[in-house]
Amino acid sequence: MALMRIIAALMLLVMASGAVGAGIELREFDDPVMEQRYRDLTSSMRCPLCENQAIDDSDAPISADMRERVYQLLQDGQSDIEIVNHMVQRFGEYILYNPRLESRTYLLWGLPIALVLLGALVVVLMIRARRHASAKALSVEERRRIEALINRKGSS
Amino acid sequence: MKRRLLLLLLPVGFLGLALFFYHGLSLDPSQRDSALMAREFPAFEATTLRDEAQQVDQSLLKGEVTLVNVWGEWCPACKQEMPQLLELADHDIRMIGVNYRDTREKGLEFLSEFGDPFETNIFDPEGALGFDLGVYGAPETFLVDADGVIRYHHKGYVSPEDVRERILPEVEKWR
Repeated sequence: MALMRIIAALMLLVMASGAVGAGIELREFDDPVMEQRYRDLTSSMRCPLCENQAIDDSDAPISADMRERVYQLLQDGQSDIEIVNHMVQRFGEYILYNPRLESRTYLLWGLPIALVLLGALVVVLMIRARRHASAKALSVEERRRIEALINRKGSS
Repeated sequence: MKRRLLLLLLPVGFLGLALFFYHGLSLDPSQRDSALMAREFPAFEATTLRDEAQQVDQSLLKGEVTLVNVWGEWCPACKQEMPQLLELADHDIRMIGVNYRDTREKGLEFLSEFGDPFETNIFDPEGALGFDLGVYGAPETFLVDADGVIRYHHKGYVSPEDVRERILPEVEKWR
């Protein structure tokens, strides 16, 4: 009985993986470098329709079109940057998982760095202020007050 | 005193960031502008839906403010928005259709069943023009000015409210 269950589970698993892979076509490459570029490009572009899937992982018709276009442009000998530009011109910056550094994205890329620097500055200032306070020598006035207090305690 | 102020900076900064990100989370990523806004209608060469022998290209979009509607027989929302498109055509707006990823037969069937507000339909069975327009699902509607520049983009179903509140004002603006 337990064995049957395991077999059934395995069969379901095999069927499920077949269904997932059904939408994504296989492509033959003579050149392993080009194959790697194809993989990198299609995994770095977001499907415009499905929002949180890369086009290499999506069954949407538009993703299939985009994969096909990437493949064609690679065969035409275009560079990665040219291919990315080709897609961004049509579908917008939105499809890039890694937005490009430009005036519109300075805040996006710069904010984490700015925050780390700001945090470091606050820490440094706090440490310095603390050290300063403990190292500061007493003024004549303060020394006199302390002595007066000690003496008062001793006399009473 | 100075240290107090410095410490105050942290919660204030945190609050600012939290508000900024909260605002970002409430934005709808499907409501983004077309990448083709303020750019020329892409060059293309195609036949028309009605006539295999008739060649058309991007010069079709020049000379007059035109609404370009990307549709397909397979697309349910395209059927629902057809009354609105017919209304727009009644306002003397020039309408051009792009029959997207469809067959001639089904496309023509669709027009005879649901109405035909279009002056011409560009036949785009492979979705080549659609790709250059950045279309990722029908229906989509583009407003092209007299110089052939894309001025407005409506993603998805055009409701009667959209006609009154968005599309008609945009057409007036660019006429």
